Amino acid sequence: MSEKQYKLVTCKINGKERSAMVDVRASLTDMLRNDYSLTSVKKGCEVGECGACAVIIDGECYNSCIYLAIWADGKEIETLEGLTGENGELNDIQQAFVDETAIQCGFCSPGFIMEAESILRTGEIYTDEELRKLLSGHLCRCTGYDNILRAVKKAMNERNGKK
Amino acid sequence: MYDIKALYEAKSVENAIELMKEHPEAKIIAGGSDVLIKIREGKMAGCELVSIYGLDELRGVSMAEDGTLRIGSLTSFSHITKDPLIKKYIGVLGEAVDMVGGPQIRAIGTIGGNTCNGVTSADSASTLLAWDAIVELNGPEGVRTLPLEEFYLGPGKVDLKSAELQTALLIPKESYENCAGFYIKYGMRNAMEIATTGCSVNVRLSSDKKTLERLRIGFGVAGPVPRRARKTEEEFKGASLEAGLPEKIGDAVLKDVEPRDSWRASKDMRLHLCSTMTERAFIEAVSRCGGEIPEKA
Ligand SMILES: Cc1cc2nc3c(=O)[nH]c(=O)nc-3n(C[C@H](O)[C@H](O)[C@H](O)COP(=O)(O)OP(=O)(O)OC[C@H]3O[C@@H](n4cnc5c(N)ncnc54)[C@H](O)[C@@H]3O)c2cc1C
Ligand code: FES
Ligand code: FES
Repeated sequence: MSEKQYKLVTCKINGKERSAMVDVRASLTDMLRNDYSLTSVKKGCEVGECGACAVIIDGECYNSCIYLAIWADGKEIETLEGLTGENGELNDIQQAFVDETAIQCGFCSPGFIMEAESILRTGEIYTDEELRKLLSGHLCRCTGYDNILRAVKKAMNERNGKK
Repeated sequence: MYDIKALYEAKSVENAIELMKEHPEAKIIAGGSDVLIKIREGKMAGCELVSIYGLDELRGVSMAEDGTLRIGSLTSFSHITKDPLIKKYIGVLGEAVDMVGGPQIRAIGTIGGNTCNGVTSADSASTLLAWDAIVELNGPEGVRTLPLEEFYLGPGKVDLKSAELQTALLIPKESYENCAGFYIKYGMRNAMEIATTGCSVNVRLSSDKKTLERLRIGFGVAGPVPRRARKTEEEFKGASLEAGLPEKIGDAVLKDVEPRDSWRASKDMRLHLCSTMTERAFIEAVSRCGGEIPEKA
């Protein structure tokens, strides 16, 4: 590239208004990790296949590796760091992942948990089959998925006052 | 970082056309779920891009006064599936695009990108084709429309003139009225998988639900581009809903398709799929239209 091209990107990240000059070639993963040190956003495949980089943008879950950073201008972005309390308290989904041993190496966990957060915010109760479909954009090389499904289901039931 | 030479962000449709005239080498990027992958793979590395992702005017589904359904080209798959007009008039399209990739891909992928990529396996294509969708394009010469079937020129090739972009997909009232359809995607796994073959069938029945007034069948991966089973559709127009009809239609489509061998599946397997999927999708479409096919004696 002959001349570097930058754009001022202003967006809300985990509730705070933020601005940075961003290289137009950057993915949203690049921006969140490099400019804001939000390292829960993982670089897995970087081609949209694994979900390790998933974040919530305006309420919907996206793979940030195939989302250009410049598109984030004016958007509201949430990463795993935003779910955690001020003193590092885990949110209900994170706690359920711990309780159900849904984490082994942990590389896929931030993506799965952000997806689960976007799923549970609908306030609906889903069947196992529906949950499997809603979580199908994430790969986990360790757990075999059963514990992850169980954790999401547990958090879903608790939020909806069941059991 | 992506290997992008330069990126121009369009402020409006007119501005996008201007930018493409100024930078004739530049390619359009909508949701980028094809383009960014190709840049990573190196196939499009070092390219110039005109981003239309910010053009909200190209998002959403609406209905014109004459009843034509208008789907903005930038509407994402997830929004198409949720849309009340889609659910009411062409539910099968919402179901078909709900089979694309996984949830995050459906949030970013657009229906415009899914048709402008000229890919035969595109999950929206067979249904759009089977419902006689019309493509609306805007460019230096103004707005023009043409049937989606004519928009496809060859694998990966569509009829986009220089500095032209797709602005909407239109479904005329005549096409969806009293009509119901069903889409089957055959893949090696249930999610995050490109179709081995896709089949979308829709029917309109007579008022007594005994006769097939209109039959339309669209295929993905049964040829170099998405295609219709025109001969079969013609042959069974006016057929009465009797036992054995689905099987007959399933056999008939073999003269309309020309799949080939690929690493995903052999030609023979795809031929078998074309027949079987047509048969099953037809039965479902008839039932959704309120019809019934009698059991074989
Ligand atoms: C992990 C993964 C899984 C996938 N799974 C599936 C699947 O199961 N089924 C499926 O069908 N697809 C799948 N895809 C492919 C892709 O998501 C779709 O083809 C999607 O519709 C592309 O839309 P986009 O907006 O992201 O396109 P882009 O990548 O932005 O563009 C695609 C092409 O269309 C052109 N273009 C886009 N919009 C316009 C316009 N308005 N006017 C003119 N030209 C335009 C671009 O120049 C480019 O050539 C998958 C992709 C990934 C990364
Ligand atoms: S790193 Fe983004 S989907 Fe794999
Ligand atoms: S816990 Fe290791 S990839 Fe999922």
